[in-house]
Amino acid sequence: MERKILLKNVDVPGIRTFEVYRSTGGYDSVEKALKKMTPDEVVEEVKMSGLRGRGGAGFPAGMKWSFIDKKSGNPRYLICNADESEPGTFKDRYLMEKLPHLLIEGMICSCYALGANTGYIYVRGEYKYIIGILNQAILEAYEKGFLGKNILGTAFNLDIHVHSGAGAYICGEETAQIESLEGKRGNPRIKPPFPAVVGLYGCPTVVNNVETLANIGFIVNNGGGEYAKYGVGKSTGTKLISACGNINNPGVYEIELGLSVREFLYDPKYCGGVKNGKELKAVIAGGSSVPILPASLILKTAAGEERLMTYESLADGGFVSGTMLGSGGFIVYDEDACIVRNTWNLARFYHHESCGQCSPCREGTGWMESVLHRIENGHGRTKDIDLLVSIASKIEGNTICPLGDAAAWPIASAIRHFRHEFEEHVLHPEKCINSTIRQFDDVTIS
Amino acid sequence: MLDKKINHPLHAKTDIPVRFSEETLERVRKIIERYPAGKQKSALLPLLHMAQEEFLGYLSVDVMDYIASLLEIQPIEVYEVATFYSQYYLDPVGKNVIEICRTGPCAICGGEAIQSYLEQKLAIKTGETTPDGLFTLKAVECLGACGSAPVMQVNTEFYEFLTEEKIDHILDDLRRKSSEEKPEASKWKEKFF
Repeated sequence: MERKILLKNVDVPGIRTFEVYRSTGGYDSVEKALKKMTPDEVVEEVKMSGLRGRGGAGFPAGMKWSFIDKKSGNPRYLICNADESEPGTFKDRYLMEKLPHLLIEGMICSCYALGANTGYIYVRGEYKYIIGILNQAILEAYEKGFLGKNILGTAFNLDIHVHSGAGAYICGEETAQIESLEGKRGNPRIKPPFPAVVGLYGCPTVVNNVETLANIGFIVNNGGGEYAKYGVGKSTGTKLISACGNINNPGVYEIELGLSVREFLYDPKYCGGVKNGKELKAVIAGGSSVPILPASLILKTAAGEERLMTYESLADGGFVSGTMLGSGGFIVYDEDACIVRNTWNLARFYHHESCGQCSPCREGTGWMESVLHRIENGHGRTKDIDLLVSIASKIEGNTICPLGDAAAWPIASAIRHFRHEFEEHVLHPEKCINSTIRQFDDVTIS
Repeated sequence: MLDKKINHPLHAKTDIPVRFSEETLERVRKIIERYPAGKQKSALLPLLHMAQEEFLGYLSVDVMDYIASLLEIQPIEVYEVATFYSQYYLDPVGKNVIEICRTGPCAICGGEAIQSYLEQKLAIKTGETTPDGLFTLKAVECLGACGSAPVMQVNTEFYEFLTEEKIDHILDDLRRKSSEEKPEASKWKEKFF
């Protein structure tokens, strides 16, 4: 019953090379799109597929494309967002490492649809070896006439370049990424105007996640309708899930949207259950920014229905009892995990990664880290818990970009679902399971 | 990210000539060509990576000024970028920079204990360099390899599913390699830029 779109051929030996990739039907979509379809027809198929952005926000990809300004006459750009930095997420790294040509194929079709003659792949600076793999694949695509001038004898020209980031989570945000690509600090821009109108170099630009673009080849080949047959309801297609934490089989899995969380978590084909026979305590289902859910709410919704791996089912219950599919970074915590320590760790992350542009985020993330550090180290006060909730609520919705929300949600949700644990830390810090390693804290923020 | 750039004492003096070789300059020209005419500033991030690799292992003021001159931009435009991104080092570093991931998913898989073990083995604290100049230990945020936690990156290499025994082997290996000259430096450039 397992149906795959992206990783179907991942185990074919040599699939990273052009020849092997081509022999499995790779780049057929480029021939079809360029020779038999108009750009608008490609956009229509992507709209029909229901494909949603796989970077985390889940915005319909076809709709994003349809916003691109075609009237201005300015050159248009496609940026592939490969700045994968959301803690718990490593699917794009896997995809680019194993199947670089799948991404390039998708980018060619996408650029054709958008009327873009230049595409950039913005790769996070830590993935240096991935840059080598991508550059090699791009070189092969040029040699075989799938990139460059007059691709496959048509009038379509396209250049794709890899651009390296330098270690900044914020550059995963699309406008910060554009700033960074222009050689500046990664400070997000105020929207509107949206990148589809004023983007890279002030020109119309679409920024799509690696996984989103990797799906385009299938959609062109088989039609958006066929793609929409995968998945459930508005969660069409498959999704790469990066599973990590205290599980038996960490790794990247392609699942058809609609699989139950229980099956994903316990089936030996996927996570294979909690490691060392421990009890499940909590799960962060979509990368560190989405609300953490306790075991009772991740497997079933508050209404008692089976929770599914879909955008809708994971969000069921809103932020009171639900979460988000996000980027698909599935982090599992066993009974030994200290929620307070984990929350402090994530607060430190967001403080470190705040670009400093908006006061609520710049100041608030620092305060949240400090207060959590105090609680974790046994100096907390009971009122600190409500103070954290208050700071989080003042960041959320009050910043230019979603990093503020991303910093606030993990803390607000941890307190919502594990308040007793925070209280316990304040009253009896010595009882914490992590008290033995508490000496180790490094409080320096580099 | 914010904290390091306030009143950071940027290192001004460099006792080596700050100039790329002709071969590297050719590569620089190719990188600049990736961006539209007049938008050469876009090449700043890749060039800073190259400069850091080629000259000192970190970015001194005169290295940054040199990059500014290559791109025909103001030095301040380079400083503000170099101080923003965590992969650009503003202080001298050892021959091998060990970056251990300290973020959530690695932390719950034993990353903190591995960081402690590294501090103990190298006899330095996180952020410091060993007296022989071989190793700098840094704690960094998520390296995007959570499925093989705990992880660290040394130079460009990822090391995964770390244990104390593995750390012992890796450090021995790096010590041995460092006694030779950096043979793969030019190949590295070939592949990544």
